Amino acid sequence: MSDVLVLGARCLRLSRRQIDALMTAVVTPVLLMVIFVELFGGAIRTGGSYVTYVVPGVLILCAGFGSALTAVSVCQDASGGIIDRFRAMDVRGAALLGGHVVASVLRNAVSTSLVIAVALALGFHPDAGVLRWIAAVGILLAFVAAVSWLAAALGLLARSPEAANGSTFLILFLPYASSAFVPVHTMPHWLQGFARHQPITPLTETLRSLLLGAPVGSDAWIALAWCAGILAVSVAAAGTLFARRSA
Amino acid sequence: MMETIEGVAVEARGLTKSYRRVPVLEGLTLEVPRSSVFALLGPNGAGKTTTVRILATLLDADGGEARVAGRDVRRERSEVRRRISLTGQYAAVDDLQTGEENLRTIGRLAGLGGRASRLRAGELLEGFGLAEAAARRVGTYSGGMRRRLDLAASLVTEPEVLFLDEPTTGLDPPSRLELWKVVEELVAAGVTVFLTTQYLEDADRLADRIAVLDGGRIVAEGTADELKRGVAEDRLELRLDPDTRFTELLGRLDGRLLEADPAERTLALRTDGTARDVRALLDALDPDGTAVAEFALRKATLDDVFLSLTGRTTRTTGKEMPGV
Repeated sequence: MSDVLVLGARCLRLSRRQIDALMTAVVTPVLLMVIFVELFGGAIRTGGSYVTYVVPGVLILCAGFGSALTAVSVCQDASGGIIDRFRAMDVRGAALLGGHVVASVLRNAVSTSLVIAVALALGFHPDAGVLRWIAAVGILLAFVAAVSWLAAALGLLARSPEAANGSTFLILFLPYASSAFVPVHTMPHWLQGFARHQPITPLTETLRSLLLGAPVGSDAWIALAWCAGILAVSVAAAGTLFARRSA
Repeated sequence: MMETIEGVAVEARGLTKSYRRVPVLEGLTLEVPRSSVFALLGPNGAGKTTTVRILATLLDADGGEARVAGRDVRRERSEVRRRISLTGQYAAVDDLQTGEENLRTIGRLAGLGGRASRLRAGELLEGFGLAEAAARRVGTYSGGMRRRLDLAASLVTEPEVLFLDEPTTGLDPPSRLELWKVVEELVAAGVTVFLTTQYLEDADRLADRIAVLDGGRIVAEGTADELKRGVAEDRLELRLDPDTRFTELLGRLDGRLLEADPAERTLALRTDGTARDVRALLDALDPDGTAVAEFALRKATLDDVFLSLTGRTTRTTGKEMPGV
């Protein structure tokens, strides 16, 4: 366990010094939110203020941008000599990947806080008590952890950091084809089925209901089940890939 | 199960390994005494790195057994890992961390506390001449400094056996000399060093014992001198005066002739390299001192050993001892 913390601290130190990658992970979601709210928001009818509608989607987008950096960092470690040094020191693969995930979650905490602060400045009006905030943070944390493990697995699968960066494309794309930015019923008919049943929509709906004081319903359980599923598959895949990669 | 032999730091019996059915090791056997330097010498692709990775517990052999620091590399993996360090072919340090941060990270992973890792990092940076660069990011280091830091990282835990995979590749001559010095100091302090190299000079200068790896097997093993004596020979190389009768001289050489080139008027003769033998040879060949225009004594080098064992030359050139 202490190895995870040492390696997590190492990852954070390294990512603090990769200014360009860090900017992409932290600042891009904020910029996108400003663009959505100020440029597109006027033309999108969601039945309320658009900034309030879009905040859950931007928080999910943060996880996507953060995952690219995680995948690249894992890939760099796996393709350099450092992984052999750690293994020869009897550091477990789980500790190395766990360190990356811890760092990823903490980076996300920063970008998420930044998004919420800017959203409040743009007129975001949440209607949630402490318990609802805790629930929202909890479910977002579950999603970020699942996506970080997925990114770690993708980083082990990729043969180069560039490929690792590209492999997280799907995580970045999914929020657009969900209820995160526009209501699903406004989408073309063929896309609606996908948009309703992919993980981002129940997650978005859960966050939205929690933050706006609406009843949550079954979406929360569906979202948590998705997170648990992604987490389980990613941890297993990462374990297998790590063993194969280091043989 | 293999019994550990007293005083032996590394032992391997019949190691085999294939990648996608292409055999890399075909029954490798070796033994390294404690507190000595062992050099595994071989051309590219001979299986040097595979051997190191198996001995350092990073890779499982398909067959055979190996013990390092008295423990089985497969069954007692963690035990072995606590007693070894590995410096791989590519520097395993983070460019974006400072030299000190790199060493402290390794210290913490090795189980040292915060204060102990800071102290150890300081000692090593001092010892490797990196104290002034301690607070600089490794990305700004020269190749030699990076290698030294990499080596320092391997010594945070004071290993019993240190594996160095091609430690001098890519180093400039001064950095190479420094590395040699470090290895000599480590061995003096009781560490066993197992290194691979394709540079014969490294092996000649550093190693107590050398094994030549070719085609997945050890084809020769011994001290540098044993290998040179057993496999290659010292040569006296002569260029004759244009006026001498070349073929007539050849008759006086009773079996010492190694090579003759009448067009270039050059000869190579077998010698044991002593002054007495060289003088006797020259006297026999050229009693009135007019026939030999130039001579050179060429000591047997590991190159000759390597060439005669593997049929391949290496990058280094032979050492020549020019005549007066």
